[in-house]
Amino acid sequence: MSDALRELYQEVILDHSRQPRNFGPCDAANRTARGNNPLCGDRMVIYLMVENGVVKDASFEGNGCAISMASASLMTEMIKGRTADEARTMFERFRRLVTDDDADIDMGELDKLNVFAGVREFPVRVKCATLAWHTLAAALDGKGEEISTED
Amino acid sequence: MALKAVADHDDAPPARPFDARRARDDFPIFKQKIYGNPLVFLDSAASAQKPRAVIDAVRHCYEREYANIHRGVYYLSERATAAFEDARKKVQRFLNAREAREIVFTRSATEAINLVAATYGRAFLGEGDEIVLSHMEHHSNIVPWQLLRDQTAVVLRVAPISDAGEFLLDEYEKLLGPRTKLVAITHVSNALGTVTPVRDIVRLAHEHGAKVLFDGSQAAPHLNIDVQELDCDFYVFTGHKVYGPTGIGVLYGKAEHLEAMPPYQGGGEMIHSVTFENTDYAVIPHKFEAGTPHIAGAIGLGAAIDYLTALGLERIGAHEHAVLDYATQRIGEINSVRLFGTAPDKASILSFTVEGVHPHDVGTVLDRSGIAVRAGHHCAQPLMHRFGVSAMVRASFGLYNTVEDADALAAGIAKATGFFGR
Repeated sequence: MSDALRELYQEVILDHSRQPRNFGPCDAANRTARGNNPLCGDRMVIYLMVENGVVKDASFEGNGCAISMASASLMTEMIKGRTADEARTMFERFRRLVTDDDADIDMGELDKLNVFAGVREFPVRVKCATLAWHTLAAALDGKGEEISTED
Repeated sequence: MALKAVADHDDAPPARPFDARRARDDFPIFKQKIYGNPLVFLDSAASAQKPRAVIDAVRHCYEREYANIHRGVYYLSERATAAFEDARKKVQRFLNAREAREIVFTRSATEAINLVAATYGRAFLGEGDEIVLSHMEHHSNIVPWQLLRDQTAVVLRVAPISDAGEFLLDEYEKLLGPRTKLVAITHVSNALGTVTPVRDIVRLAHEHGAKVLFDGSQAAPHLNIDVQELDCDFYVFTGHKVYGPTGIGVLYGKAEHLEAMPPYQGGGEMIHSVTFENTDYAVIPHKFEAGTPHIAGAIGLGAAIDYLTALGLERIGAHEHAVLDYATQRIGEINSVRLFGTAPDKASILSFTVEGVHPHDVGTVLDRSGIAVRAGHHCAQPLMHRFGVSAMVRASFGLYNTVEDADALAAGIAKATGFFGR
């Protein structure tokens, strides 16, 4: 197994993809959004319970590759208790982490997400990593329609 | 192994067996390493690699005999026109069409189907008329008919397939009726490899007075096609899957249909005379070839057809069949693998999923070993839904593939399952 593959599929990612956290619908959700990656047919639903601008609860459902499942799983863990604006800022940092070649991004307290840095070496997999975040943004914006990684 | 399988194959000619390793040397792309590994290219169903003969023909066109066609009075234009029309004759012979004017150059198989939908469909089909498709069509043989439906209120009906991916002739026959006007079905499924019973499809459709279009995109690289013997009304395929350039496709249509159909796009090349009051259209096939065509693409396609013809499509098909049989056995015996598409009559495509490993992850792991496969829905989402999956891995075989490539694929899958295994 090449180093790049080990870098991409870190243990944390494999763990979250095998046993995704916060998986399943959230009954108390007041914001949901559907995400779709038309290139591979992967679909995802993000459920949020937002109160006074704070994400009190988050979960997801879907079927996808190890990268997209782990990304959604870790994301739902990270955003709980954050304000909507904080969550959007996280998305921005995350996007740079997986796309920016000279990224020496200070993830600060988001360092758990650093396991996705290996995605940079696999440009075709960036959309797998960001699908959950795009869908999260749509849920926070209260967009009812399905969003797509190709929009 | 491959040689034995070829000898065992019913249709295999007794002539000298096909030498894939030698043919592979005709393809410059195999001279490179991918992440330090030899290239194992198993995605020819998406697009085939190009032999030196095709690359040279395109280069020769641009370096030695390039000019616009059908208009110049000078030497180079005459040369280019002759080469372009010569390519049309090669396609005519490739499909065994009655006449060269029954061959329309398009930019892709997709455009060829859209052309038929937009011209034949809009001119001759109306509200309540029925078009029969199959459950294993590529999106390019679904969406053009949906666009037509939105404009004309035709009705689309879908012929089902079996769990093994076989075309169900009985079920298809039940769909045919007095309102059936057109049957548009793939010759070889791009996702399952199923070869459909084209002769029976045509016979039954014609008994009901319906016309037949075949999407031959996946058939043309592997099977001898004889449109006169098939008696189909339209047949489409694309250049880049038969080892030719991208951007050039083919529509075959019986002359009587093409003559009756209105033009597709308006512009230069497709006219006989133009005033601001009226335009007389050119004769077929030029009526459907508005604008400057992909001249070098057509010439390159002609070279690809020459290349395939010299090697012999029957020998190529027998070789590919042997590789497919070997790969099916080799991949099928891996415990975690589920195969999709196990019809008895198949061509060159092996689709599967690996338990516990998403197709994309399989694709990424294989890629790092230099193995190129397709992972995704293969532009056939209704078919994915039919089998309850969102994606599959597809390995497809071309004339340059060998049983060693199938071994490499099996080893790569073992690597992926080991890596992702619980």
